[in-house]
Amino acid sequence: MIESKVRREEHPANKAERQPEQKPSKGPAKKKMGRAALIEHRWGLAFVAPPFIGFLIFMAFPIVFAFVASLTKWNGMNNMLDRVVWFENYAKLLTDEKFWKVLGNTVIYMIGIPIGMVLGLVIAVGMNRKIRGIKVLRTLYYVPVVSSLVAVAILWMWVFNYDFGLLNSMIKFFTGQKGINWLGDEFWVKVSMIIFMVWKGLGTSIILYLAGLQSIPRDYYEAATIDGASSWNLFRHITVPLVSPVTFYLLITGLIGGFQVFVEVLVMVPTGGLDYSAATVVFYLYEKAFGSRQMGYGAAMAFLLAILIFIITAINFKAQDKWVKTLD
Amino acid sequence: MTLYKTKKTKIVDGIVFLLLTLGAIAMVFPLVYMVLSSFMTKGQILSADFSIIPNPWKFGKYAEVLFDRPEFLRGLRNTLLVAVPVLLVGGFTSSLAAFSFSKLRFKGKDKIFLGLLSTMMIPFAVVMIPQYVMFTKWGWTNTLWPLIIPGLFGNVGVIFFLRQNLSSIPSTLAEAAKIDGCGYFRIYYQIFLPLMKGALMTQIILWFMGIWNDYLAPTIFIQKDEWFTLQMVIRSFNSYYAVNSDYPLIMAASVLSLIPTLLLFFFFQRYIIESVAISGVKG
Repeated sequence: MIESKVRREEHPANKAERQPEQKPSKGPAKKKMGRAALIEHRWGLAFVAPPFIGFLIFMAFPIVFAFVASLTKWNGMNNMLDRVVWFENYAKLLTDEKFWKVLGNTVIYMIGIPIGMVLGLVIAVGMNRKIRGIKVLRTLYYVPVVSSLVAVAILWMWVFNYDFGLLNSMIKFFTGQKGINWLGDEFWVKVSMIIFMVWKGLGTSIILYLAGLQSIPRDYYEAATIDGASSWNLFRHITVPLVSPVTFYLLITGLIGGFQVFVEVLVMVPTGGLDYSAATVVFYLYEKAFGSRQMGYGAAMAFLLAILIFIITAINFKAQDKWVKTLD
Repeated sequence: MTLYKTKKTKIVDGIVFLLLTLGAIAMVFPLVYMVLSSFMTKGQILSADFSIIPNPWKFGKYAEVLFDRPEFLRGLRNTLLVAVPVLLVGGFTSSLAAFSFSKLRFKGKDKIFLGLLSTMMIPFAVVMIPQYVMFTKWGWTNTLWPLIIPGLFGNVGVIFFLRQNLSSIPSTLAEAAKIDGCGYFRIYYQIFLPLMKGALMTQIILWFMGIWNDYLAPTIFIQKDEWFTLQMVIRSFNSYYAVNSDYPLIMAASVLSLIPTLLLFFFFQRYIIESVAISGVKG
């Protein structure tokens, strides 16, 4: 630590002590850095170097690479730049009926986002009372979230099984009717996927809404109650606006995640469903890139998806001032 | 008046509790069914009659998964071979970077941080094709390296969370240590690492769950059974045995694969829920 003793002499903070008229350097000063500041700058950079290098190798470079690949008819084996087609892949995508279909499916699955929000908020309001045993219930609702996606997707695949699944045997037990062809029907497969996704993610909405509810000051409700507001009005005009930051967060993460739904479909309906009725964008992309080795086409689809996610997220951030309220 | 009110509140509480309990039962029922069906016979599952209690109880499938099928333990080994180095090294690099972003002054800090943060918005679908090609070139596909190496460089989500966590600790602590001639690495190691220990542990647990449950990356980079991670093994059980419908075996393997994350969650749920709530409410 001899070195650091030497360093101590030149530290700006020490100098500042002796010469109070000199302002201590604030962050990356435009002026030339002092020696101590330079040393701090170097160490600071060195400490963030690993994630930054990782970012360059595993994110930044692949993004550029993917964009270049999306301009070619590349199959992953030949020289990528042999067959540059510029924006042909993108043009083809826009007229690719299958692409529109999977995009439509992906958007339909997003019906699960508001369903999860409403259920999550209602359950969280119920839990936001001082009742004994509520913590155990909270844990139970959260169990699906921490369960492995593959294991629970397999489980639900069997629950939805047409011939001997749990759901259909229950339907038969209670009504005597033959059940629904959950995963084999173009309409019901979407319902099944939405049920599954809401079930898997509900715990997160509950936890987040509960945290949001607990940050609302009690006296807001008391004041409104004295003014004669009904429970519904309390909920409508106090609770809902004041948990809107949570709603916003759930909406953003739900949309970003929703555009990327893939593993659930791959496990539960490996074929993509009857007439591709269950396939999502990433499912189609995966089949194109790794199944039929149309890497260029796949890359173009991935890029289009990223742009779509970016635009929708940006719109949401712009629109948030209109409805997202904060306490201060 | 007050007496009436408490009575009314009690009734409402009772109804709410009842409804919430019914909901909770509906939520865990599929998982309970999963456990129960791992004890059933094939015949009972394949009958269309509604039954949830195994009759007779069969306990053999767990032993079969653990001892007769090498795939399961091999999958467990592979998952741990990924998780241990990633969490040890990645936890270190992430916390060191979080410390630097939060407490040190250097040029380009905000730009680098924003750059890292923006990667959270990039869909994995965009980078998976180039990564696959890259890893194939380097001879990494069909090994565990594609799952290990990127993790060693740290995790942006963890860095972000720890940086938030550190911002509540006064920077004067760092300033004082600097004046005392403490080296930067020592400031991290002896002052701030102990201070963020709790937050780091929670993040590492969540990260472990992420690695444990990951399926997408392994399935793209690994095709050889020898290096299948646990989740891939479970999935392969489902596709191989679905034809023969060895459903109890698939369920037993799934139940076993859920146990570690569920145990971690039950033991650390206070911290996990807190950290999830913080990232949602403040993030």
